[in-house]
Amino acid sequence: MARKDILGLYDLEAGEIEALLSDGLQYKALLKRGERQWSELCGKSVVTLFYENSTRTRCSFELAAVRLGAHVVNLSMATSSVQKGETLVDTGKTLDAMKCDVMVIRHPTGGAPRLLAGTVKAHVINAGDGMNEHPSQALLDMLTMKEHLGRIAGLKVAILGDIRHSRVARSNLYGLKKLGARVSMFAPRTLMPDGLDRMGAEICTSREACVEGADVVMGLRIQLERQKAGYFPSLGEYAKYYGIDENVMQYAKPGALILHPGPVNRGIELTAGLIDGPQSHIEDQVLSGVAVRMAMLKMLCQEERI
Amino acid sequence: MIFRGADVVFRDGVRQCDLRTENGKIAEIAPAGTLEGEGWDLAGRTVFPGLIDMHVHLREPGFEKKETIETGTMSAVKGGFTQICCMPNTKPVVDNKVVVTYIKARAKEVGHCKVHPIGAITEGQRGETLAAIGGMKAAGAVALSEDGKSVRNASLMASAMLYAADFGLKCLCHCEDASLTEGKVVHEGYYSTRTGLKGSIRAAEDILIARELCLAESLGLPVHICHVSTYSGVQLIREAKARGVQVTAETCPHYFTLTDEAIQDFDPDTKVNPPLREERDRLAVEQGLKDGTLDCIASDHAPHHEDDKNVEYDLAAFGISGLETSFALSYTELVKKTGLLTLPALAAKMSANPAKIVGLAGGEIAVGAPADLTVVDLGEKWTVNPAKFVSKGKNTPFKGMEVYGRVKMTVVDGEIKYRED
Repeated sequence: MARKDILGLYDLEAGEIEALLSDGLQYKALLKRGERQWSELCGKSVVTLFYENSTRTRCSFELAAVRLGAHVVNLSMATSSVQKGETLVDTGKTLDAMKCDVMVIRHPTGGAPRLLAGTVKAHVINAGDGMNEHPSQALLDMLTMKEHLGRIAGLKVAILGDIRHSRVARSNLYGLKKLGARVSMFAPRTLMPDGLDRMGAEICTSREACVEGADVVMGLRIQLERQKAGYFPSLGEYAKYYGIDENVMQYAKPGALILHPGPVNRGIELTAGLIDGPQSHIEDQVLSGVAVRMAMLKMLCQEERI
Repeated sequence: MIFRGADVVFRDGVRQCDLRTENGKIAEIAPAGTLEGEGWDLAGRTVFPGLIDMHVHLREPGFEKKETIETGTMSAVKGGFTQICCMPNTKPVVDNKVVVTYIKARAKEVGHCKVHPIGAITEGQRGETLAAIGGMKAAGAVALSEDGKSVRNASLMASAMLYAADFGLKCLCHCEDASLTEGKVVHEGYYSTRTGLKGSIRAAEDILIARELCLAESLGLPVHICHVSTYSGVQLIREAKARGVQVTAETCPHYFTLTDEAIQDFDPDTKVNPPLREERDRLAVEQGLKDGTLDCIASDHAPHHEDDKNVEYDLAAFGISGLETSFALSYTELVKKTGLLTLPALAAKMSANPAKIVGLAGGEIAVGAPADLTVVDLGEKWTVNPAKFVSKGKNTPFKGMEVYGRVKMTVVDGEIKYRED
């Protein structure tokens, strides 16, 4: 059965993830060769509905839709009906009545895209909901891995940082496990939530153990307000005891990929040397993002074209 | 009027009897088939002493969109309840005799069962100064509660317990350390991690349970703990009871029927405070009911309008509309499925014990007692369908669940206030 929405990698089958990655890889190769225009979404309209600020994810989705030939409308919810008190359900119904084909939603509350998807006839893509999921980010991470390492199955991926508040970590865990990778995690105990082992993660008690033998090392962004909320004493201390530096990277496989969902705090999650060094694919992840979002849009819209 | 041939649940067992009521009281209890006269043939039905729910939100005054005294009491009698106590977090808050008087008058006018207001502990539930406790008692308040939150200041809480005792009132304590629950919407555990919803830990509830137990013990006064949901909270109460602290406690059907597994699809109807917890908590709540640590079952009926629930999980209101499912869920889980409670024990949890805790007449079937009766078909299986609730609140995580035990008739002071069509 055709999928109506992409709400998270928890719900996707391994085969669907494989298909998205393989489509994404093709788009990425073509983008690199200079192609800019496709017609898969010709005549469709895509609305980006962002209840939370974002520059790169929104821009990436909009470019992906434009490249596929769709019309794109963006709604900055911070400056629209929300301030007039309109609910998410009512906004969704309104956009549905305007015959919008795809809604791309970013929202500070986990589960909001599901609520929208249950309300509207349009396809819904989750562009990040609270601390729940960020499927397109995990797919672009996996795309980068697949492109450079040739596979996902059997890889060891180390994820370090603010796991508790990270939708990126959750989506990566679900997707990577489905495709047969190992996922190790490390965070200050204050930022490591319960139950990740039950979801298949290997919970580590040191940076070194987490990174040991890893093919991929992923740093997560630390929000500055976490310090004020009492999760750790200072950014300096965070960098010293929990950051990823050259010494920690010694434990990874030689040439291991360094990834980060961005924007990165230089010298905190990762040292500047690593960010700008040869192992870093942080910049290359951005193009992977456009490619994989094209694959997501195509997946939802393709069968309607027949 | 005669109620003939039902299996009647007495304190010490179940016997088939005829009951005669007169002037609102139970006038005679006789062997089945011996009483003549106008009445009801109830062979095959079970009669419980009129059920009592000591923890209900009627929402009136101020939130009539969610529920009114009329619809709430209609929901109560449909659920088999003959007496309910209503919480003071209305608008205005029940913190003076005027609001108490209003609720009592309104209940007399449009209510379907007996309604007993609970007053706030502090003025406006702001936690700063004591509410008009003496005046509320004189107007008919039966207990005090800050339900929805705890009184933050321990010294003020101690004062409240002492002053309330002068008026023969008990504090019913909602236990929640606000510093641990701010922004939290579910229980912290596997499912909060899975959904990314913000969870609070058991200590948020336990710390305040412990504080209220310490206050009660230090002051030598009774205290009642509302809606216990944690295994560790059950244990704190069990230990306090063992050393003689005058504590009573309640739990709700959702804490022994559901776990936090129910939140995984982000259904806002599963959002309740305290939150649904884990299997070990659910089992401990059941054991607490069985061994008497938990004295009674209350629904914490918290009706909401669809607009308050059909929103993002974080924004949704806390609470479950519970009056119409409380009995069936309790009977199904505690008697039928697990055999943890006998029928007389279930009647104690849902009638005699709450009556005793807040000092109400009723709670058992005996000559001279109020003719409050709940007639049930224990064998009838039915499916929870919120569209059929008479409560305005259709918010229930039990929608679609199959349960046993259907209320057929509810008698309040000898008058039939509800009968299934």
